[in-house]
Amino acid sequence: MTLALSHFSAALLFSLFASVVFGITQRNIPREQFLYGLYCFAMFLGGVFVAGWLMWLLRR
Amino acid sequence: MANPTSKNEVVATTTKSPAQPISSLSVLAPAIGWLVPGAGHLIQRRWIRGLLLMASILIMFVLGLLMQGHVYQPNGGDILDILGFIGDFGAGGLYILSQAAGWGQSAISHATADYGTKYLIVAGLLNFISAADAYHIAIGKKP
Repeated sequence: MTLALSHFSAALLFSLFASVVFGITQRNIPREQFLYGLYCFAMFLGGVFVAGWLMWLLRR
Repeated sequence: MANPTSKNEVVATTTKSPAQPISSLSVLAPAIGWLVPGAGHLIQRRWIRGLLLMASILIMFVLGLLMQGHVYQPNGGDILDILGFIGDFGAGGLYILSQAAGWGQSAISHATADYGTKYLIVAGLLNFISAADAYHIAIGKKP
């Protein structure tokens, strides 16, 4: 069985799982862990969009 | 005038954290956590954290394999291959299982397989962080 994800969906899943681990391991209390995980996810996703637009600009 | 050497020694002694007693849990938790992702937290009754870590790392590793990612062998060649092996090795039991079953041995032939390879490496690196976290809980540095 082969899974073929698009670049965006692969980046989205990567961000989700990495954020969960970062949230749990880098903060001490559950509320902070949740917020930090959310922050990491937003940063990952934001980075994807910023990098995408940068590459679009470089290509033109 | 104060002797700078003795002053440095005083600063060093006051800032040094007290030595933690080595308990069996502080050795067992990171070892089990490395072998089975999330298990280091589960044996310390951090159920939700342990299950979330286990699910995240396990799913990431399996997705990497399903995307035809490459699992690196122990090697002494190219630096990137060595680093790839270190990352993959972090997955512990999952890495051992993939080696035993012969999974992830194909060459990286398309873009998705390259994503898969990165998924496998990062799953291992996240498991290293998870095992370190289990250790910090075991020594009482983290609740």
